[in-house]
Amino acid sequence: MGKTLFDKIWDSHVVSHEEGFPDILYIDTHFIHEVTSPQAFNGLRERGLQVFRPRQTVATADHNVPTINQHLPIQEELSRLQVDMLTKNCEEFGIELYGLGHRYQGIVHVIGPELGVTRPGGTYVCGDSHTSTHGAFGAIAFGIGTSQVEQVLATQCILQPKPKRMRIDVNGSLQKGVGAKDIILYIISKISAAGGTGYFVEYAGDTIRSLSMEGRMTICNMSIEMGARGGLIAPDDITFAYVKDRKFAPKGEAWDGALAYWKTLYSDEDAEFDKVLSFKAEDIAPMITYGTNPGMGMGITENIPAASQFDKQEQQSYLKALHYMGLDDNKPLLGHPVDYVFIGSCTNSRIEDLRQVAAFMKGKHKADHVTVWVVPGSKQVEIQAKAEGLDKIFEEAGFTLREPGCSACLGMNEDKIPAGKYCISTSNRNFEGRQGPNSRTFLASPLMAAAAAVTGRVTDIREFDLEEVG
Amino acid sequence: MAKKTFKHIQSTAVPIHAENIDTDQIIPARFLKATTRSGFGENLFRDWRFDASNKPIADFVLNNPLYGGQILVGGKNFGCGSSREHAAWAISDYGFEVVVSSFFADIFKGNALNNGLLPIQVSEDFLQTIFAEIEKDPQTKIEVDLVQQKIILLRLGKSESFEIDSYKKTCLLNGYDDIDFILSHREKIEAYEQRANHDYVLPS
Repeated sequence: MGKTLFDKIWDSHVVSHEEGFPDILYIDTHFIHEVTSPQAFNGLRERGLQVFRPRQTVATADHNVPTINQHLPIQEELSRLQVDMLTKNCEEFGIELYGLGHRYQGIVHVIGPELGVTRPGGTYVCGDSHTSTHGAFGAIAFGIGTSQVEQVLATQCILQPKPKRMRIDVNGSLQKGVGAKDIILYIISKISAAGGTGYFVEYAGDTIRSLSMEGRMTICNMSIEMGARGGLIAPDDITFAYVKDRKFAPKGEAWDGALAYWKTLYSDEDAEFDKVLSFKAEDIAPMITYGTNPGMGMGITENIPAASQFDKQEQQSYLKALHYMGLDDNKPLLGHPVDYVFIGSCTNSRIEDLRQVAAFMKGKHKADHVTVWVVPGSKQVEIQAKAEGLDKIFEEAGFTLREPGCSACLGMNEDKIPAGKYCISTSNRNFEGRQGPNSRTFLASPLMAAAAAVTGRVTDIREFDLEEVG
Repeated sequence: MAKKTFKHIQSTAVPIHAENIDTDQIIPARFLKATTRSGFGENLFRDWRFDASNKPIADFVLNNPLYGGQILVGGKNFGCGSSREHAAWAISDYGFEVVVSSFFADIFKGNALNNGLLPIQVSEDFLQTIFAEIEKDPQTKIEVDLVQQKIILLRLGKSESFEIDSYKKTCLLNGYDDIDFILSHREKIEAYEQRANHDYVLPS
């Protein structure tokens, strides 16, 4: 019987397989950041251990960092201490750090691919659930807790029970104005925030194949929002073209060898999956979430579901969510006022996202009452955006282009949405208080966020002429 | 390095009637700035426990003196969202030893087990029975026996078996540690590194 892509990569990384024990899996590169690593380094010190393979560990500061005046010391004391701690730990243990001000600094899931560290066939972990992003390259990548960060620092391996495999096919042509973010929000709305728990998902089908690497990363990024530990997409020419010539990508003969190997990375035709789901691209409208988990999403012209359609247990949680959001059931969301627009996060802050928003905004201006933050995913994205003049377009549109970091996706720095305010956000989570205490989040694509910035309310992107946007 | 062990407890429980309790609720991101593992209990369910002026919200269960104990009971899909281990630390630090739900998110479950906090997945029916019993009598006693893998509602005499990975069970019962286990395979790790082709996957 054939093997799935997931099994091919997993099996090639098993260090030890013993009956009654989880597999010991080798990790090619371990990404670390300031928030989930300090306790792991303390653990190493208590054990008297060194980092096992410091060259296979890549560090950056992203979660906590301010997105203005990055050249100045961090104002907020606890954030500064945490970032300083990362610097100290990296120095002591010999780890390469792309810290604040470094030209490679940025959101960990943006810089890995951008630097050519993330490659097909590799295994990647990080103390961050959106590590699933790297799966877009045909790799096994997943988020881990701090005890496991310590484990990987100490051994370059992880103890991990093997998950089940799911394949999600999306076939057909997308409507104008519908993109990768809508595809993944649609899938999660259909299978729920827990529908993928226990699985690793392979995304397949001609719609997925047609996506750019940026789009594929958006899809894999949100695998965790349906509970799946990770998602992956078989590599193809689009993948290879993206990786080629990047800073740490293999060069010369090593490239040829790598490419030959990467071309073997696909699920065999007779490979068996534990579950297969299928969706039609034509059924996907521009999406928006109305609730407090990413599964609570709908097509933009739909009504918020009626509470009566849930059973008693679910209804209690459902009404709590709508109450938090200040919304009524069985009503449309279209036209609802928004106060903030956040374009950023490891889901949608890559150069392609910024280009798309800029192309749409050219000659348009934001509504007066709306505050718009555009936060690039990395220093390189910021530099590129400026080189292309996107910063000028944003400025003319009344948007602020900030400096790279996780920013208002989780409000660990100063970029918080005030209590009671509505933010349409290109990030990945609409949990209660995620963007600041009592803030209210509508998740959507970069284009939908830009459209809402223009009108100041929740808007169907299809109302605009999209010829220029592509 | 020896870890906290778990074998058996008998305790009252604290019920939270909500589904999809995500780790941002368990411990909001703004409280993740500490660099040690202790003290997170203070901010457990911070925004459900306290209002904007830091006054306790009276109708939240952790502020209700009728409820207490070492067992936390939550609705399905408990611990979804962020991988922050701080969520498991906060629950432990507050004084809980067991979390019961009808469904757990993967990463949370692993994090809990790595910290001696036992996640017990029960059927939806049994979960509703637990909720109903505690509603009738907040002093309802629940027994958890890890060796037998059983959770028992003592007054009703109703019990359910639960699953746990056999390796993780051994670790919890004996305080064994994953890093010691992996390092005992150091030769195998080095042998793997010899045979793997790093050019394809490692930074060059």
